[in-house]
Amino acid sequence: METSISIKNLALSFGALDVLKDLNLDIGKGEFLVLLGSSGCGKSTLLNCIAGLLDVSGGQIFIGGRNVTWEEPSKRGIGMVFQSYALYPQMTVAGNLSFGLKNAGVPKAEVEERVNRAARVLQIEPLLSRKPAALSGGQRQRAAIGRALVRDADVFLFDEPLSNLDAKLRADLRVEIKQLHQKLHNTMIYVTHDQIEAMTLADRIAIMRGGRILQLASPNEIYNRPASKYVAEFIGSPTMNFFEGEIVSGDAVRFMTGERSFSLDGYAFGDAGLKTGPAWFGIRPEHMVAGEAAQEMPIRLDGQIELVEPLGSDTLVRILVDGQLLWIRLDGQAEISHGDAITVGFHPERANLFDKASEDRL
Amino acid sequence: MTKAPHLMKNSLGYAAEPEANDGDVTLRPAESPFQQVRLEEGPAGRKPRPFLSRRNIIVYGTLIFVSLYYLLPLYVMIVTSLKGMPEIRVGNIFAPPLEITFQPWVKAWSEACTGLNCDGLSRGFFNSVQILVPSVILSIIIASVNGYALANWRFKGSETFFAILIVGAFIPYQVMLYPIVIMLREIGLYGSLTGLVIVHTIFGMPILTLLFRNYFASVPQELFKAARVDGAGFWRIYFQIMVPMSLPIFVVAMILQVTGIWNDFLFGVVYTKPDLYPMTVQLNNIVNSTQGVKEYNVNMAATILTGLVPLTVYFISGKLFVRGIAAGAVKG
Amino acid sequence: MDAATRPFRWHRNFSAKVAAIPMIITAMVVFVGGTVWTVVYSFTNSKLLPREKFVGLDQYERLWGSSKWLISLENLAIYGVFSLIFALVIGFLLAALLDQKIRFEDTFRTILLYPFALSFIVTGLAWQWILNPDFGIQHIVRSMGWESFTFDPLYNPDIVIYGVLIAGLWHETGLIMCLMLAGLRGIDEDIWKASRIDGIPMWKTYLFIVIPMMRGIFITAIVLIASGIIKVYDLIVAQTGGGPGISSEVPAKYVYDAMFLSQNLGQGFAASTMMLLTVVIIVVPWAYLEFGGKRQ
Repeated sequence: METSISIKNLALSFGALDVLKDLNLDIGKGEFLVLLGSSGCGKSTLLNCIAGLLDVSGGQIFIGGRNVTWEEPSKRGIGMVFQSYALYPQMTVAGNLSFGLKNAGVPKAEVEERVNRAARVLQIEPLLSRKPAALSGGQRQRAAIGRALVRDADVFLFDEPLSNLDAKLRADLRVEIKQLHQKLHNTMIYVTHDQIEAMTLADRIAIMRGGRILQLASPNEIYNRPASKYVAEFIGSPTMNFFEGEIVSGDAVRFMTGERSFSLDGYAFGDAGLKTGPAWFGIRPEHMVAGEAAQEMPIRLDGQIELVEPLGSDTLVRILVDGQLLWIRLDGQAEISHGDAITVGFHPERANLFDKASEDRL
Repeated sequence: MTKAPHLMKNSLGYAAEPEANDGDVTLRPAESPFQQVRLEEGPAGRKPRPFLSRRNIIVYGTLIFVSLYYLLPLYVMIVTSLKGMPEIRVGNIFAPPLEITFQPWVKAWSEACTGLNCDGLSRGFFNSVQILVPSVILSIIIASVNGYALANWRFKGSETFFAILIVGAFIPYQVMLYPIVIMLREIGLYGSLTGLVIVHTIFGMPILTLLFRNYFASVPQELFKAARVDGAGFWRIYFQIMVPMSLPIFVVAMILQVTGIWNDFLFGVVYTKPDLYPMTVQLNNIVNSTQGVKEYNVNMAATILTGLVPLTVYFISGKLFVRGIAAGAVKG
Repeated sequence: MDAATRPFRWHRNFSAKVAAIPMIITAMVVFVGGTVWTVVYSFTNSKLLPREKFVGLDQYERLWGSSKWLISLENLAIYGVFSLIFALVIGFLLAALLDQKIRFEDTFRTILLYPFALSFIVTGLAWQWILNPDFGIQHIVRSMGWESFTFDPLYNPDIVIYGVLIAGLWHETGLIMCLMLAGLRGIDEDIWKASRIDGIPMWKTYLFIVIPMMRGIFITAIVLIASGIIKVYDLIVAQTGGGPGISSEVPAKYVYDAMFLSQNLGQGFAASTMMLLTVVIIVVPWAYLEFGGKRQ
């Protein structure tokens, strides 16, 4: 795949504070990359560096093969969409869309043509003569996307564009952004702290923490094979259940936790192969089953229902097993109640093992 | 990495428009005086009190009394200026004029003597206008660009210079009076109106720069970033984005400067010559001149005339004036 | 793909640096340069024109030996202490009254603040007239039958500074009230609700909860009043001219008179340096409290 954006050894520090550390990232042409992380992880900072809105302390940034490390933001061939929309309040939507083109000296007729085209794509033609104050949140964000669109940029940068919207609108616009990407095929970098946005939109997700990328992989890969315990905890809701214990290798490989011992028969160890010693054993709530299905699983636990959260489609159940609380996701129609005894089961091939010390995947 | 736009607590911040789809409107209970009383006295509650409750009498009584005290000097000045001298000599300064005369006003404007000349306050008025207009324009232009540079285009050392500027605002003017006399003399502007305009621009700079810097800093950074992505540079962002959305703060700055410069006395007396004295200096020279018989009615007419410009600005601008002084007061 | 090196820092942000030139000149040349110049020349025996003949602390010795200077300082101290106390107390009380969700709040506030829009010259002249013993308050009370009534602060050297204080307070209390009102409005409504539920009397809520929460506003108000007090000049010139005699002189007037009337520049420089010192003593602890704490 042709590379659209290439980041080499990027570093950024504010005084003694290292915000980005020796960061390398290649983004393919037409790829939708999501930068995901909790606040303070450096994801927005990275996006601002790519946009040229922050001066880097070291490293290089290439866009479309061109070194743009010290290039002005407007000359990088990017369009950007912000969380607060950042529409110029005193200009109409049309004025907002055309401001950048006018600054670039694009002929008037072409400006008009491009503004109309963008407005058509985003279905905001009736709003062109309105001011931002007269728009709803969703309309504002559409106008803000339009401003990026008219630039005919190869690269779109989104800085938490949906965070200021309510849940319903967020879901609608998420779909629209995905459709836009399918229609335009440009490279998109999208910053968010919302894992659902990340999972649904991304071709690849980069999970960031402390100015570094912890894992860069497809949503499926990240969900199924998280590279570290942090990633495993970050993705998925309710969060993954963990057992603390030790991997032992006798006649069979097993995981010892407290009085129990889980068979690891079927678990695919990583490239480094089997490693015995202290470790974490993780299993997602949705990978556990209860009732009759549990009887067929290699690992079974008996516990007591401590809390039930019916969601309609699913029911989240918190159970108490030997003093440890586990979340499990059951069918929405399951008839269970607080205090019942329950048996849950799961298969080791759905498990995730992490080294105790490094917390890396085994 | 907070991305929520940081809005200043005080009312001078750039106010983001409310979300059109914002569903969460906080409903505040109606706050009427007796509801408050009821809350104080527990759930049992009493019947709502009449308007003439003891509490209301104390609150409104005090406020009305204090207001009368505050209005007294203005009232006395007005009635005195409308009386003839004989009436003043025999009467009471609080009594309304028996016979209204506008002669003192005419005399104050065009004939009163300062000890140097006898063209009344009119000369000072026109001098003050000639000082005011360029000073206000120049100081606001310089301070707004400065504040914008400090808020959005920080460079190495910019904060240090700004800190020195703000600390400088606390230095008594007396310390800098003479060095500025020398500087102005060196560039040949000592004793001229231009020189005084420069002085006003210099001493208006700390507070105005602070005002604009804080305002521009309260504008969401993302707006500025968006403009940079759109290829706008320093001046284009200033003129096309920042200025159009900051008109209220320009009005506040104008109010601050118009009243401040009009009311100045010290700089006027130090940096201009007698025939260029601003209105305040002229007024003081008329009233406190030791020559001739004291004409109190003319003096009071002259005093009101001098106070008229800032008073007009004050009454027209209303809440913006309050915003201005609040901004001027809340440093840093 | 080749590596780009960091371009010259100097021309990045060029426009911002150009725009900041007036500020830099003002800060460095006028504020810093002017202050240093005055302090240095306060050690010379400059008379009509500045001269570089250094005489050590002569000017300061002469200054502290001058009764006019000592009276100036005494007046400044009296005026300062009383105007600080009264402005804060009255300003806060008025703000608290205006904060009672009253009707005509805007009208009251407009009336209480208008003197602040007027110049000190106008203020001084207005009060000079009202306090005039032959026509003003004293005359009226006497003509009502109380023949021995005496209220002539501007003509009595012992109390003249209190006459000035009346005018000064009239001028500035509105400003303090507005500041305090803004502070009161910044207090969370829920604090009031909580204190009502807890049954705390209103005056106690103000004294023990609200005022401590308004610490910042109080400090601002104090700094504001204090820096205004030191600069008091126009008010004196208009209201008393420093008289009777020299009984209402203040340091700012001492400086002006020395520099521009009695051609005694060295004295003016020394006196203004003392004023600077006073400000430093007030501002430095405040700046330390305000900004020193934040850095930690």
